[in-house]
Amino acid sequence: MIISLLMIGLVLSGGFAWYMETKRSGQAKFIALLATLVLGFSFTLYIVTSPDSFADLVLLTNVTWISVFNIRYMIALDNLSNLLLILTFILTVVAILISWREITHRQGFYYFNLLTTIAGIIGVFTAVDMFLFFFFWEVMLLPMTALIAIWGHENRQFAAIKFFIFTQVSSLLMLIAIIMMAFLHKQQVGQLSFAYEDWLTLTLTADYSYYLMLGFFIAFAVKLPSFPVHSWLPDAHTQAPTAGSVLLAGILLKTGAYGLIRFVIVLFPQASAEFAPIAAVLALISILYGAKMAFAQTDFKRLVAYSSISHMGFVMLALFAFNANAFQGAVITLVAHGLSSAALFAFAGMIYARIHSRDLRQMGGFWRSSPVMGGFALAFAAAAFGMPGLANFIGEFYSLIGAFQRFPLITILAALGIIGSAIYGMLLFQSSFQGPVKNSFIDLSIREGFIAASLFIFLLVLGLFPNLVLQYSYNGGL
Amino acid sequence: MLLSLLPFYPLISFLLIVLLKKQLSWWQTSVLSVGAMLICAITSLVLLNTLNQAPDGVITSHLWRWFSLSDGDSFASVNFSFYLDALSAVMICVVSCVGFLIHLFAAVYMKEDENFSRFMAYMNLFIVAMLILVLADNLVLLYLGWEGVGLCSFLLIGFWYQEKANVLAARKAFIVTRIGDTSMAIGLFMLFNSLGSVNIVEVNELATAQWQVGNNDAYWICLLLLGGAVGKSAQLPLQTWLPDAMAGPTPVSALIHAATMVTAGVYLIARMNGLFILSPQVMNYVAWIGASTLLLAGFAALVQSDIKRVLAYSTMSQIGYMMLALGAGAWSAGIFHLMTHAFFKALLFLTAGAIIYALHHQQNIFKMGGVLKRLPFESGLFIIGLICLMALPGTSGFFSKEAIIAHLWSSPTAGQALWWCAILGALLTSIYSCRLFFIAFLSKERFSHQVENLSSVGLKISLITLAVLSLVGGFLAPDLSTVFAKASQEVSHMVEPQWLHAVAIATPIIGIVFSWFYFSKYRSVEPMNYQKAEQNQNPIVRFCFSGLGFDRLYEILLIKPFVAIARLNKRDVVDQLVMSLTWYIGLWRDVLVYSQNGLMRWYAAAFAIGLVCFIGGWLL
Repeated sequence: MIISLLMIGLVLSGGFAWYMETKRSGQAKFIALLATLVLGFSFTLYIVTSPDSFADLVLLTNVTWISVFNIRYMIALDNLSNLLLILTFILTVVAILISWREITHRQGFYYFNLLTTIAGIIGVFTAVDMFLFFFFWEVMLLPMTALIAIWGHENRQFAAIKFFIFTQVSSLLMLIAIIMMAFLHKQQVGQLSFAYEDWLTLTLTADYSYYLMLGFFIAFAVKLPSFPVHSWLPDAHTQAPTAGSVLLAGILLKTGAYGLIRFVIVLFPQASAEFAPIAAVLALISILYGAKMAFAQTDFKRLVAYSSISHMGFVMLALFAFNANAFQGAVITLVAHGLSSAALFAFAGMIYARIHSRDLRQMGGFWRSSPVMGGFALAFAAAAFGMPGLANFIGEFYSLIGAFQRFPLITILAALGIIGSAIYGMLLFQSSFQGPVKNSFIDLSIREGFIAASLFIFLLVLGLFPNLVLQYSYNGGL
Repeated sequence: MLLSLLPFYPLISFLLIVLLKKQLSWWQTSVLSVGAMLICAITSLVLLNTLNQAPDGVITSHLWRWFSLSDGDSFASVNFSFYLDALSAVMICVVSCVGFLIHLFAAVYMKEDENFSRFMAYMNLFIVAMLILVLADNLVLLYLGWEGVGLCSFLLIGFWYQEKANVLAARKAFIVTRIGDTSMAIGLFMLFNSLGSVNIVEVNELATAQWQVGNNDAYWICLLLLGGAVGKSAQLPLQTWLPDAMAGPTPVSALIHAATMVTAGVYLIARMNGLFILSPQVMNYVAWIGASTLLLAGFAALVQSDIKRVLAYSTMSQIGYMMLALGAGAWSAGIFHLMTHAFFKALLFLTAGAIIYALHHQQNIFKMGGVLKRLPFESGLFIIGLICLMALPGTSGFFSKEAIIAHLWSSPTAGQALWWCAILGALLTSIYSCRLFFIAFLSKERFSHQVENLSSVGLKISLITLAVLSLVGGFLAPDLSTVFAKASQEVSHMVEPQWLHAVAIATPIIGIVFSWFYFSKYRSVEPMNYQKAEQNQNPIVRFCFSGLGFDRLYEILLIKPFVAIARLNKRDVVDQLVMSLTWYIGLWRDVLVYSQNGLMRWYAAAFAIGLVCFIGGWLL
């Protein structure tokens, strides 16, 4: 029930913010922030006090939705979804705070879209009826497209459409796979079922399951994103408003990884084992190609966007290694990348607010006027290139050490991504904060300092005490 | 208890300086950072002392469990734990004592800099990372320290970040060492994969128990770890970053790029001796890398014009000696040389820094001259540093370098050829030292302005202490027999010629005599054309000057292609392919729009052609 209340609460507060827009538009952000904090806090309270250990999926709600097709409203939680939900709430607070000054146009509608996206994401992380999952998958997509299309930068329409089409086309493949699975269930059991738990009991023949697996895989690979279907991401990230980029990088990409873990690997173990070498090669190409493309960019946000592709490659490589260490690595990387890339996008937004440019060639020597900002930028760049002591290192290290046992050669090549990340990380930090002074501006405000400091503390604590997360980590069907 | 606190003193100082930056005066910042180092140095000496009484000669300290790696059914924990044995004890003493003296010097030297507190904070942070590196009980924690010192080195090289050249030097240092680090990380993955542990003691024991000498896994792991070591220690083929790293302030060059960080590679190999001993082939590579680096750096040092670059190349060449020692299985001698080198090279850099400061940031030796008369105190100390570097009998460098050279001839993993390399290296060392001394310190002064002497008690204390350590350091030889007990090779009973030691001792003196005559023009008081000497166009000289062309080679082989590919594909060819779909769809749209033109005759014609095709197809 709690999850449904969370989603309803978010949508209602969004609606309220929209309604208030015509009366007192300045209050929308307070409504959104308050709603997120209250809901996030009550969710955390719920899991802390809950008697369940959430080691396996705990079914919270099970109501019939469309009885003709046996489609049910089923919501369940386990540690993996809890972890991702907490990350979602943290980043939502960040996203609202980062929009505080940036959004001045149609504020109420903006926060409505933001909160509805979050509601959809929460649904994606908790739905265990596949039709419901698909429904939420679409719910999170539409308001996100609106965020990009209305509040984005100069080329926003194009980016929004590209984002929409990529995701939509790939999710149609998933829809076909979902319907086929339901029919398979009818063949084997006698009635249609979209329930995840029911699907786990199906016996799949090899030829079917490979194509069904691919249907899911492609949808999630686009979302992750993986080479060669990554190209929506740089455009969407670059053109989205700062909060949009934070949400995209921080959470939306994670829905792809979540789907791979929850559905592709668990529902189709044989087919994904068969497919693993191809996935690993795609992951390797994503890592190296992403790092190389990041180096070539001159746009701050585009550079971070390509670095996300590189980082998510590590996740995919780890997931398809079917190894306990690698799996832990994938989970930690999800959280760590969520925090660090969100932080880097937030910095892109802060710099944009000051110099009205994202062009690295027009930046330089920021350290002189804003040393605090420089210190944090360095810390986040260091997190991105895997400095030990910060969370991303734990993720990369686990992923690679685990993947090495299954794909030694691919892992050795993937490790070259460590060099690549140092190259683009240095480029990003040095061309904005070092070098001859080209711009001077005021240092971080208290609000911005709060965002940066809290993200950094999360990264540091996870980097030094990763067991805080790892002890809850879901075992990925191993 | 004492052990676990060691890295926290500088860490606390770092945090306080960073948080209170604006409120602290010069005096407070200095007391904080130098005081933390003093406590560190005292603690290290106390620890060294208690280590003698400790059972097994080991002190450990467990802080918390970092994470654990699953290895089939069991778990290998990776802890934040410190491990102190004779080897790490020597290292922490060098790091914290030399570190303390350099901090003391830096507090005076950098006083005028507007970012003084940032500088001291970075220096403290560096010490934290270095202590973690040295004390780590497992390779992952060591890697944390390893990356940490790399980051601090990057920050300090680029300390004066507004100069483009410094920024590039910092980037180069970071990326080149990162290449080595990656090789080390892959080595770690391989190590865990085959032994199921990353704990240093366990790895050394398991490797000895499970593997025969010459094992293939051991070979690859050692080779990959060696990759990390050559990156950090600026050895061939990853040596190119060190001369450029001299862009940082001089205390940084003394602390990071001479005394401590660059010797981390030597420490790594010594630490993993149980593994390296299983792979004589890699030991042989280590020796050859050391020997070729020491010769390369020696030749490059012969022709440099910047005093700090001469010292940088000389550091490379001395680390080459340490590598050579490790490769030859002379573990103790290698670490001994690491220690004495830290003393005399820190002394050389700091005095060079004092001289550079006095001459208003003049680093070009051709524009110095006659420094001996103008700055007798500094020059005296510099001479002490140089005689240690040349290894004249009685100095600390003599004991450690002779210990290395003595091992080479009959070592199974080294041999006579390497012995000759070492001798040639010693000759080069004494020649470039003399050249540096003649050009910069003798002859007539070639600068016009007043010297601006740094006179401060703290500065003198630190310089004199280092000078004393350099002179008597030879009698402080650490006893490392417990650490390297297993790794000490059986001494082969090859008969060594009688003249070996005589030659080794005589070499530096031959070098001095040779230089005295060959470089007589530099020390003469008669005016000569230094401009011409500096811009010597002899191709061989230019080639040596550029560090034997490695920078150029890497630029052509690696950097240019990488940048070119990146530039070429800036628009992302995959995206272009995907977006060509839109062009295709747009094309069809245009065709269809054109056909829907509302003209009846077009429709009639289309209808007729369609009918003909349809009937034709049906009939045929």
